[in-house]
Order: sequence, then structure tokens, then C-alpha cells
Amino acid sequence: MTKTRAGGVTNFDAWKHAYAARAENLAVSEVRALFSVVSRPEVVSLAGGMPDVAALDPALVEKAFASLMANRRDLALQYGGGQGDFRLREQIQEIMALEGIHSSVEDITVTTGSQHALELISDLFLDQGDVVLVEAPSYVGAVGIFRHKEAHIEHVFTDEHGISPQALAESADQLIAAGKRIKLLYLVPNFANPSGVTLTAERRLEVLEICKQRGILIVEDNPYGQLYFGEKPPNAIRSLDEQNVVYLGSFSKILSPGLRVGYVLAPPAIRDKLVLANESAILSPASFAQMLVSEYLSIADWQKQIETYRDLYRTKRDAALQAVEQFLPRVHTTRPDGGFFLWLTLPEGLNSKEMLPLAVTELVAYTPGTAFFGDGRGADNIRICFSHPTADNVRVGIERLSRVLNQQIELLDTFGKTD
Amino acid sequence: MSELRVLVLAGGISHERDVSLKSGRRVADALTDAGVTTEIREPDGELVGHLMATRPDVVWSTLHGAVGEDGSLQDLLQLAGVGFVGSDSAGARLAWDKPVAKVLVAKQGIQTAESIALPKSSFRELNAESVLAMVGTELGFPVIVKPTKSGSAQGCAKVSEPKSFAKAMVDAFAYSDQVMIERFVSGTELAVSVIDLGLGPVALPAVEIVPDSGEFGYNERYTPGQTNYYVPARLDEAVLTEAARIAVAAHNSLGLTQLSRIDLIVDDAGEIWFLEANVTPGMTETSLFPQAIVASGASLPETYLALVKLAQKV
Repeated sequence: MTKTRAGGVTNFDAWKHAYAARAENLAVSEVRALFSVVSRPEVVSLAGGMPDVAALDPALVEKAFASLMANRRDLALQYGGGQGDFRLREQIQEIMALEGIHSSVEDITVTTGSQHALELISDLFLDQGDVVLVEAPSYVGAVGIFRHKEAHIEHVFTDEHGISPQALAESADQLIAAGKRIKLLYLVPNFANPSGVTLTAERRLEVLEICKQRGILIVEDNPYGQLYFGEKPPNAIRSLDEQNVVYLGSFSKILSPGLRVGYVLAPPAIRDKLVLANESAILSPASFAQMLVSEYLSIADWQKQIETYRDLYRTKRDAALQAVEQFLPRVHTTRPDGGFFLWLTLPEGLNSKEMLPLAVTELVAYTPGTAFFGDGRGADNIRICFSHPTADNVRVGIERLSRVLNQQIELLDTFGKTD
Repeated sequence: MSELRVLVLAGGISHERDVSLKSGRRVADALTDAGVTTEIREPDGELVGHLMATRPDVVWSTLHGAVGEDGSLQDLLQLAGVGFVGSDSAGARLAWDKPVAKVLVAKQGIQTAESIALPKSSFRELNAESVLAMVGTELGFPVIVKPTKSGSAQGCAKVSEPKSFAKAMVDAFAYSDQVMIERFVSGTELAVSVIDLGLGPVALPAVEIVPDSGEFGYNERYTPGQTNYYVPARLDEAVLTEAARIAVAAHNSLGLTQLSRIDLIVDDAGEIWFLEANVTPGMTETSLFPQAIVASGASLPETYLALVKLAQKV
């Protein structure tokens, strides 16, 4: 049909021509839109990795708030330094000591959640095409940052003992031989998001050695290390080496994600650049939030609060594992000793992304495994977060998930494989 | 603020919840600009009690998906005696079911692409492989696979070869218990909004849709910058006049009232084909209905106010 008339045209984005190339992949997605239903109370969300903040004694936070307003109000309401509040950094030293880390307060930088620390590190190190080695699967927020930096994300085989040193060495050597620049190894060694697995002490040493030999900086992200249900996990990789590891920590899981306070421990040269980058991006991390955390750590028995969380999440983990056993007998699950997540592997042919609309209809939400890979894998995986719903709802959610799986199996039986 | 109180319903538990929330906020913003007292609310267990207790002058539902578009909400509002913007339950039911809408529209002499709609059970009983083989042979590729009761192109796919059929069917059945397979019509995609401000339904300027990717899917609909919209469409005046006539005829044939959006395709020979009718068209910042109102020279606040006043029970 001939186009004969010139009409007005719009694409609702007058600046489309002006965006940086890396903004190209910032688009809405159908999957993301489906997650909108998780805010409805009828829906059991096993999707978002949220802590159960209802288990935090509000009196402790109120007390910290009152103390802050009484004693440090003017400082808390003012701009702060780019490296973060000194007293909080001293307290962070104590927290990191629980992971076996010996540090200087000078090498700690406070950030707006550890996600921000990862963004700063990525900005400092990654040029387009640089390689980041990650676990398989890896944290969705890290995959997102690396993708946005236009890095090449290389997943390394990971089993129930964490990332495989042998696979790591092989993968790194192949990439180096192919002329690629490997900049970072990003790891969540304790109760990993999303797999729930923990890197063994032996492998920590091996991984460190492999990276040192090849000049690869390790970014060790440890938000869940204190949330163990049995034995304490091995000491942090950073406890073994001060020069080749950047360590990320967070108050999101042991206090509150709403405060958005995280931190990064880095060798001095990197630290200097981190502070400058922090100042450039946000001038200073939020003084009020930092000092509230600091007051909380000063006046509350925060270690006892962490024990409360451990007991709570252990109960929920047990409920999740029992429900998987009962309702999803054909599904394989990891059995984490801490943290927030189960990583499910579905029977052959099932596709967790394709099933999401069915899950919305059945009033349950989960995160499809594809979110945790930068290379399209993960369709046969699901991440279950058991930390936020009640134990009863974890069970209800997994029962609903079994109905979703049954419907999908019925569809596949009818139409055959879809790949 | 005037005395007029409007309850905007948005959200709900549907696959299109996100779109609905955006639509609801845009409608509420425009009505507020028009001086109307608006409240946005989710449909939940307290809605009926709230409705009866507050008795808003008018309800404007921007709920997409079954609860908002299958006629049930309209039934409820009719029973409660509350005025509401848009079609009544009978019209909504007919438009919501795409195969039914196609039959009724075709009876008015409007062309619709050849199609077949089957529930899951039929595919199971009749052997899906042979059914799909027969459908592929008879309709010819490419075809469009779509859930019969769904919106925002969710679960829709263009299938160009037999081996892609299975995935498209599984994807579509994830959204609906019945799926329609429709012969693909190549051409210019048009959205013609129909509005009735008391003088009978009229077609607003047709919006021509040209997605960068070639397919007007979910991302292309809701990511600004991914689709070019031409208003009025770049077609012959005669074709546009005929498209307007067909849109109004489709609107009438389904018994729709106040507003609707009729989706059409103009093929390479200039023939116009009906795709579907929407009783609760999207009202987001990138949606087609508001674009058409603005293109007609009217303002959104004034037009929405006029719709609300007409919906008010007196």
C-alpha cells in the first residue's frame, strides 16, 4: 500500500538519538512486568531476595534513631565524607573480623549498599569487551552491572562446593590464549545468590592462587556470610590475601536493606580511586543512614539479632526443602547451609521463563534461572527465595509451583519439546 | 475541585497488572487536571464495601485482563447501580473473547483473517501434531498464534515455519486456556480509537504503528523509542475513511459504548482486516487511545471529563 500522506510521527522518546550505546539494553521486559503482581497479598512471592525485616526488633531501631537525633543530629543531617563515617568504618572492621579479615579502617569505603560498591568497582576496571569471570549461575544484580558495562561475562562451572578451580583455570587460560583481557573474578562464596552453595576452604585457596598467577582481581561479595544455619563457613578469601581481593559487605541482610548501607574493603591504591569515584557519583554516602547503622551497632546486641535471623531462616529453609521433597519430587534442589535461596533444576524440557504466566495465574512468583546467566542459560532452573514469606507461605508457594509445573508438563506432553 | 468524584480502578492480579497501574495513574492525572476528585484503588477484598460506602459518582476501570475486560466487573458495577466509563458487561464479554468478536464483526461484512481457536483439551484429544500440521497447511505460513483472552500482545507470536509452532502454542497457553491461530496479514498496522461523547460513536485519527523490530510486541508497546507512531496514518484518504467506517461498525456490532480501540491491518492491496476490539484500551504514556485524542485536537483532561460526565448516573 502506497504511503501518500505525511503524518506527524512520534516514538515518545525525543532523545533516542542521544543515548550512549550502553543504554541500548535498558528496556522494559515482559518478565519484569509479570513481577508486578508480587505486591498483591494473594500472591506468594518466592522471587525477590528480601530479608524478613519483621523479625528485626523495631524497638532497637527506634532506640538507635532516638540516640542519633539526641547525640549526632547535626552531623547526621549534613553532607559527609566520600569515604564514609569513621566510626561506622571502625565498626565494619569488627564485623569483617568475624570473617577472619584483618583490615585497616583506612581501606574501608562506605557505599549505598554493596550493589553500589560493585558498580564503582566495575566502573573502575571494565572497558567494553573486558572479561568478568563469574559462577554459574551468578547474582542477577552483578550480571546486570557487567552487562551494562558491556563486559563479556564468562560463567565458570560451579557445583555444590562452589566454583570449580579446575574449570576456572581452564576457562581463564583459554580466554587469555584467545587474547581476551580478564579483569575480574566475581564471587559470592558463602550461600551464594542464587545457588545457595558455599565455596570450600580448599577451593578458596586454589581460586586465590589461580587468580594471583593470572593477574585477575577477585571481587568477593559476602552479604550472607553471617547467616549460617550450622557450621560457620570458611573465612573470607580476603582473609588470605590483602592485595588481590576486593571485599564487599552489606547491612542489607543483617539489619535492613531500606537503609542502603554497604561497604567495600580494597587495597589502598584501589581504595583511593573508589573514594574519588564515590565522591564523583554521590558526593558522600547518606550520613543519616550510616550513622543510624552505627548507633544500632553501638547500642543493640546485633549479634543476638543475627542469631534470631539464623533461627528464623533455618526454619524457613527446612520448610522449603520439605515442601520441595513433597510437592516437587522430580525437581533437584541445592541444600544450602545458610542464606536465602534454593536453586532448583527442573525435569528436562521444562522452561522456567515460559512458565511464569502460569505462575501468575496460580498466585506464586519465582525468579527464572535465565536471570542469573549472561549467556541465555538457566531455562531449566528456578531460584526460590525462602527468607521473606512465612514458613507456611513458603510451603503454600511451593505447592502452587507444583501445579504450575504440572500444567507445563501437560502442555509439553501435548505439543512436544519447545526448543 | 468539583463535586464529581471518580474512582479509578487499576492494578489487579493479571498478567497486565503493570500496564494497568500505569494506565490508571495517567487517567487519574488527567481527571485531576480537569478538576475532578479522583481516587486510585486496587480491586481487592475491600473494594465492594468501599464502593457501597463511598458511592463514587463514576468508576473508571483501567483493569486489563480478565477481571477488567471480561464483563464481570461491569456486571458488578451495573448491579451496584454505579455509573462507569466504558462498555457494559454484554459488550465487554463479546469483545474480550477474540473468536466471538471476529464472528460478530464478520457478520457486518468486515473482513477478518481466517483463523481457528481451540482449547487445550482439543489439542490433547485430537493429537496436537496432526492438528497443527493441518492448520499450517490450510492457513499457510506465517500465522499469528495468540491467546484468545489476553492483551498487550502477551503470549502472541508470529510463526513462520512448522518447527516453531510448538513453542508458540506453549507460550500462548500459558496466558489462556484457548488459543487462536490466525492467518498472518502483511501490511500497515492501524489502531483506530472510537469515542462517543453523546452524539454517537466517531473514529478518531488512525494511528499507524511502525515498530523498529517489525513486531509490535510487549517491549515495543511500552518502551518509549522502540516504535514510531504516525498520526494520522500515512495512507490514502479513502483508505483512512474506510478504516474509520469499519472501526465504528465493529464497535457497534459488538455493542460497545463510550470508547474502544479497534485494531486493523491494511494489506498491500489496500484491503482492511479486523484484528480485535479492546474495551479497556491502554492509557499509558505510549498508548494508542490517548495519542488519537490528542491528534484529534482535543485535550485529554477535557475528553476524559466529558466521558465521566456521560457515565454519571443521574
